[in-house]
Amino acid sequence: MKVTMRVNGGERTGDVEPRVLLADFLRTNLALTGTHIGCDTTSCGACTVLLDGEPVKSCTLLAVQVDGRDITTVEGLAQGGALSPVQVGFHEEHGLQCGFCTPGMMLVGTALLEQNPDPTEEQIRWAISGNICRCTGYMNIVKAIQHAANVKQAAASAPSPAAVAAGGGE
Amino acid sequence: MSATMHMHGGIGESIKRKEDARFLRGKGNYIDDLTLPSMLHMAILRSPHAHARIKSVDTSAAGSMPGVIAVVTGELMAQHKLAWMPTLSYDTQAVLATDKVRFQGQEVAAVIAETKYQAEDARDAIVVDYEILPAVTSPEGAKAAGAPLIRDEKEGQKDNHIYHWESGDKAKTQAAFANAAKVVRLHTFYPRCHPAPLETCGCVADVNPATGKATIYMTSQAPHAIRTVFALVTGLPEQNIRVISPDIGGGFGNKVPVYPGYVVATAASLLIGRPVKWIEDRSENLISTGFARDYHMTGDLAVDANGKMTALRVHLDSDNGAFFSDAQPSKFKAGLFHIVTGSYDIPTAHITADGYYTNKAPGGVAYRCSFRVTEASYLIERLVTNAALELGLDQAEFRMNNFVKPEQFPYTSATGWIYDSGDYPKAMNVALEKLGYDELRKDVEARRKKGEVTGIGIASFTEVVGAGHGADFDILGLRMFDSAELRVHPTGKALLRMGTKSQGQGHETTFAQIVAEELGIPASDVAVEEGDTDTAPYGLGTYASRSTPVAGAATAMVSRKLRDKARMIAAHLLEAADEDLEWERGKFYVKGSPDRAKTIQEIAFAAYTNLPEGMEAGLEGVHYYDPPNMTYPFGTYAVVVDVDKGTGQVKVRRMVAVDDCGVRINPMIVEGQIHGGLTEGFGIAFMELITFDSEGNCIGSNFMDYLLPTAWETPKFEIGETVTPSPHHPLGAKGVGESATVGSPAAYVNAVIDALSPYGITNIDMPVTSDKVWAALRSKGVTE
Ligand code: FES
Ligand code: FES
Repeated sequence: MKVTMRVNGGERTGDVEPRVLLADFLRTNLALTGTHIGCDTTSCGACTVLLDGEPVKSCTLLAVQVDGRDITTVEGLAQGGALSPVQVGFHEEHGLQCGFCTPGMMLVGTALLEQNPDPTEEQIRWAISGNICRCTGYMNIVKAIQHAANVKQAAASAPSPAAVAAGGGE
Repeated sequence: MSATMHMHGGIGESIKRKEDARFLRGKGNYIDDLTLPSMLHMAILRSPHAHARIKSVDTSAAGSMPGVIAVVTGELMAQHKLAWMPTLSYDTQAVLATDKVRFQGQEVAAVIAETKYQAEDARDAIVVDYEILPAVTSPEGAKAAGAPLIRDEKEGQKDNHIYHWESGDKAKTQAAFANAAKVVRLHTFYPRCHPAPLETCGCVADVNPATGKATIYMTSQAPHAIRTVFALVTGLPEQNIRVISPDIGGGFGNKVPVYPGYVVATAASLLIGRPVKWIEDRSENLISTGFARDYHMTGDLAVDANGKMTALRVHLDSDNGAFFSDAQPSKFKAGLFHIVTGSYDIPTAHITADGYYTNKAPGGVAYRCSFRVTEASYLIERLVTNAALELGLDQAEFRMNNFVKPEQFPYTSATGWIYDSGDYPKAMNVALEKLGYDELRKDVEARRKKGEVTGIGIASFTEVVGAGHGADFDILGLRMFDSAELRVHPTGKALLRMGTKSQGQGHETTFAQIVAEELGIPASDVAVEEGDTDTAPYGLGTYASRSTPVAGAATAMVSRKLRDKARMIAAHLLEAADEDLEWERGKFYVKGSPDRAKTIQEIAFAAYTNLPEGMEAGLEGVHYYDPPNMTYPFGTYAVVVDVDKGTGQVKVRRMVAVDDCGVRINPMIVEGQIHGGLTEGFGIAFMELITFDSEGNCIGSNFMDYLLPTAWETPKFEIGETVTPSPHHPLGAKGVGESATVGSPAAYVNAVIDALSPYGITNIDMPVTSDKVWAALRSKGVTE
């Protein structure tokens, strides 16, 4: 079957059996191996991607189900070589060890901050509770997402570089 | 980030991790990310039965399915003398079953096909005719009269007993028990659990038909040892085997052993002449690869009238599964369990252990632990708390009164361990203060008066890690040294390679920091590589918290070797005598005139351009470090729990963890290791269980049944530290990766038992789930 979707901003097509999982399509057909598989049973969240901005587990969706939709994978987080605030947060707060859960965790964190720019610790823990990390014990993942929230808020309240260049914001 | 870049990255600096760059971008290189030209995929057919005779295996339908290249059976493997392989504990293990299957999930046949989906389709078309046999699922069952003989193929094996092992002094211990004022007994079962790293095991085997070179990319914590084992098993010349461990998505002991899948994939690649990829799915991982624990333990502690411990007696029955393939030093059948006297000055001890075959998966691995230290630590810490409760003594005070005292180090334990260093009262005091113990005790009493069920648990663990000294510790005869090779390039940048293999521990950062400290090259200028046996020096790998104690020491030693050479080059450049130079991190200067100096970068350049007469060019070296002793990290963990009488639910209100792992190289990474270990310990105490029904069906074969802690259940941790440097490690470091998993389960369970003690409840085996707590309370007539 033919399938077409937007992945990280670009249109991608493929010809797949109807039974092919989205996770396998991304990893094998598109060579986007940052989406990991940890369980195959919707339990661990390593395969999390954003579907039209919402976190979904790509091991539990068929590639053909997302025909015409918009997908963001970990490879789409950095913009023009610059890490996103969530990626910076994970680095600064030691929010990753082996890195296997990290793509899924960062995508969940990204989606959370889109909906709720200033989440409480409890809200962060609830948001990431569909994702398992075997290494970090979660405390630093929570801090990483808080770090990103602070960076984003600081950026939002600071005058934009364009405004400064235009002589505004003084 | 910019602050990091200006840091030198020496010992004690929490610099950010170098390895993050690729992981944050989804550009890690894990085993399943690897695709080679013309690569095939393998799927393994596994036994649905725990114990059955194989009457026939029919592969005809499978063999003709689309995309199928080959179907491999035990019979085919037997033709190549590969149906069985040796284990790390001098037993044998079936690669593909020929005669019988001996556990549910055992490997029976494998399909090699063009795609993963095709391989799995064809696997389901293989027809196996089994004659089902009765299954043995516990040591008790294994020793029962008339128990089925599991290893009937083994010559001389008349029953299901594997080994008997003893340590300590039986007569002296008996005498001490005869004189005891009080003997406290605890019978407890440390259940089977599984390390379950988020990435499962797998490999890509690539045997080049033209050259005969076998390159095996593999999720291995010990690539060099695996290479040697492969050479011995397959008969391939060792120089023609290259094992490469790529990025590993967590190991925790699961990725130490050799699994049949690796062997079958390699054999298939050899026979077919194309690369073969095999990646476990989660169920395969949980039902067939290295489980942990499964120890049935009985401990007796003798105490005199003054509350002094006088003797310890332990017996354990070990459930090893169908093949004895524990990954542990070969001299020690029950691992390092005989560290069981723990942090206490117990004059005499006697330990006996018996291992049994059962119809369960083999592979007793140390789940984030140094070879059964976790079971030992759990037993003694649970026993000590039970003794305190039974004697009416305070848990903390009873421990304080019996600790090995700081002035007794180096201390020889009753079972012969020589503890290198320690200050147990100090760690205990830091923990109690952080907790506000005295106030909290009063609070507990007040709450109990109101009918609440609440308690405090303490565990003061001592670990023994960093195997080892090669004379006593080996795996299949390979001495447990480790290695570091350091090359300094002309521009003053460096490449460090080691015989270990990170699985998330941050070696690329931590080991660069050791070079930064010892040779003065900033950590950001030191690339660290591990895991490729063609390029890295030989080493025994990363497990048992041995990387920093052994390879870290080797890194310090090789850096010092290069510094000695650098001194001679600097003397030549400065036209001074060697002994007139002073070292300050990063440069040599002439005593008394600090501006006559040469930086390590200038010296490195001279090593290739302007050498003293007669000196060999270059600035590189290698060091193989065989430690003089193990290291002994320790700490005190304290937990406060609240129990809901109505539901049996346990809530961890506080968790204070004070660790002493000697000198900390990167404190941020050390704390990360402790957080992770405390979480796995929490999972083991309350959630994780691989169990079996009476027919040997594995219950716990996916993440819906084998429960792992998420961010929602996991408590917040309050971390503290003390620093007692190891006197024999060149940096004073001790290793920390496993302390928290070793020490914390007893602290969590002790808190529950303390809470339930007013009702006369003295034990609940892990995992301490709500239903067990509820039933225990009900059995004592507690209702509401
Ligand atoms: S792989 Fe999809 S949830 Fe685990
Ligand atoms: S960092 Fe290893 S699973 Fe999360």
